[in-house]
Amino acid sequence: MNLKTETFQRIDEVITHYPVKRSATLPLLHLIQEDVGHISDEAITWIAQKLELQPINVLEVVTFYPMFRRAPIGRRHIKVCRTLSCALSGGYKTCDTFEKEFCTHRGEISPDGEVTVEFVECLASCGTAPVVMIDEVLHEKVDVTKAKQLSAQIKAEAAARK
Amino acid sequence: MPAPEQRRIIFQHIDEPGYTNDIDCYLRNGGYEVLKKSVGRKPEELIDEVKKSGLRGRGGAGFPCGVKWGLVDRKSGKPIYLIVNADESEPGTFKDRYIMHQDPHQLIEGTIISCFANNVKQAYIYIRGEMPEGARILEKAITEARAKNFVGPNILGTGYSCEIYVHRGAGAYICGEETGLIESLEGKRANPRIKPPYFPAVLGLYQCPTIVNNVETLCHVKYIAEHGGEAYAKIGTPNNTGTRIFCVSGHVQRPGYYEFPAGTITMGQLLNDVCGGPLPGRTFKAVIPGGSSAKILRFGERFKGKRKVGAEMVDYDWGVEDVPMDFDSLGMIGTMGGSGGVIVMDDTVNMVEALANINAFYSHESCGQCTPCREGSLWMKKISSRMVHGDARPQDGALLKSVADQIPGRTICAFGEACSWPTQSFIAKFTDEFNNYHEAKKQPKPAAANVLV
Repeated sequence: MNLKTETFQRIDEVITHYPVKRSATLPLLHLIQEDVGHISDEAITWIAQKLELQPINVLEVVTFYPMFRRAPIGRRHIKVCRTLSCALSGGYKTCDTFEKEFCTHRGEISPDGEVTVEFVECLASCGTAPVVMIDEVLHEKVDVTKAKQLSAQIKAEAAARK
Repeated sequence: MPAPEQRRIIFQHIDEPGYTNDIDCYLRNGGYEVLKKSVGRKPEELIDEVKKSGLRGRGGAGFPCGVKWGLVDRKSGKPIYLIVNADESEPGTFKDRYIMHQDPHQLIEGTIISCFANNVKQAYIYIRGEMPEGARILEKAITEARAKNFVGPNILGTGYSCEIYVHRGAGAYICGEETGLIESLEGKRANPRIKPPYFPAVLGLYQCPTIVNNVETLCHVKYIAEHGGEAYAKIGTPNNTGTRIFCVSGHVQRPGYYEFPAGTITMGQLLNDVCGGPLPGRTFKAVIPGGSSAKILRFGERFKGKRKVGAEMVDYDWGVEDVPMDFDSLGMIGTMGGSGGVIVMDDTVNMVEALANINAFYSHESCGQCTPCREGSLWMKKISSRMVHGDARPQDGALLKSVADQIPGRTICAFGEACSWPTQSFIAKFTDEFNNYHEAKKQPKPAAANVLV
């Protein structure tokens, strides 16, 4: 398994948090997904060996939890809350705006590889609806105007990288 | 009657200018003084304070915290675990987020006091996966607290040791259910366990006695350890003691979080006086009072009956606005206080579409192990979204109800109830809207209406 040295260190450290190794399944999946971007077959086998489990024990966890993904996504991950309070405040328009800005559809990687836009369920910030998470940062009151601003910012950052 | 003043005991420092989430700021504000005093007391004394306080769990069920602690099997010889349920996921609820992000040491102090009271040597904070920043803040806070000897080995020289680790979930709502959470913490799918025999207090994490408490509940414990159970019980009303944090979202002028002594504020005061009333030109249509699974209330309906005030039985005749926002009053009118998540809908909202939104949530989140819930939640979603996006029929409301009626009581955990209550209550309260939706959907929508599904 090809991971950053720091990821290996954090993996070894986190296993010590639990009296039973299997408990480290979710933490290990998070660490590997943060490092590599998704959970490959190789990662599943590797985690199973590391925690003395069968690969199916890890696979069944990966398929249960919505945050783990089996395939790569765009460089940036835009997660728009779909649930009631956000929808009441225009969450669907927010999601549509991101899709239009990046010429993509929900759940797909944009043609330029820059973003994956997704609907997710309640992000627990209903008082500042509609909310959006871009990678690990929560953005509040994201109406159409703000969605356009955020999109412009992502595009500018992408351009600066090229 | 105007709304009472807010009384912020848990949210005292939330949004306070200059208040930061590091330990120095917490210490400057008297932080960890309660822990210092508590570790000098007998653990049983602390448990007694919590029992006397009447504190009810703030995660949604409102189960008395002292009773929960009293059920813990202390004779098994196995270690006792404490898990902080920070998997805040019930739609409409967003209180724990602010505690963890802005005042994490309050939670850690409450956790260590609770651990000390229950002789717990290992605690886990199970935080939802969608709060990576919250997880980092808590980890940093624990490191800071460990450096000051408030967490870890031999806390403050007492010989008592307790470790806290942060454990991240990964996007599954069912992890908020305590036995599902335990399965998840064991590294498995979060399929809830059947009770009996798997009461966490006896057979919890690693088959050991386990206490699972909500973030806010543990912060209340800190307050109780400081001021005493009797003083705490004087806040609020009998059987609904302490303060309650309301998270208001949806169609009001000032959505947000508000902390009041429990039972002292009515729905009308909260929505009109505190939250500024409906948006300009709109009127309130419906409100969900305690997270999206709580049964909906329709503005205009009336609730009549008898209730106990002191030692007497008194008649009540309430509109939605008159209902006191406490566990018992909301329970009496057929809904629940739940997690304190109040979702408000105004006259631009079509109830079929709102229900279709909620049904999509529950169908996505059913863990799938019990057939009535897995299939029922899926079919409720399919039918309600077909009504919106495809053909609606006059008999669809009755069909939805018949599916919903077959779920509760037939599942391992309370998700069965949670997913069927919205459908049952929406259809009972807005029958005509469901029966006539096939006609109504041909009409133009109000200009301000949002797409809900």
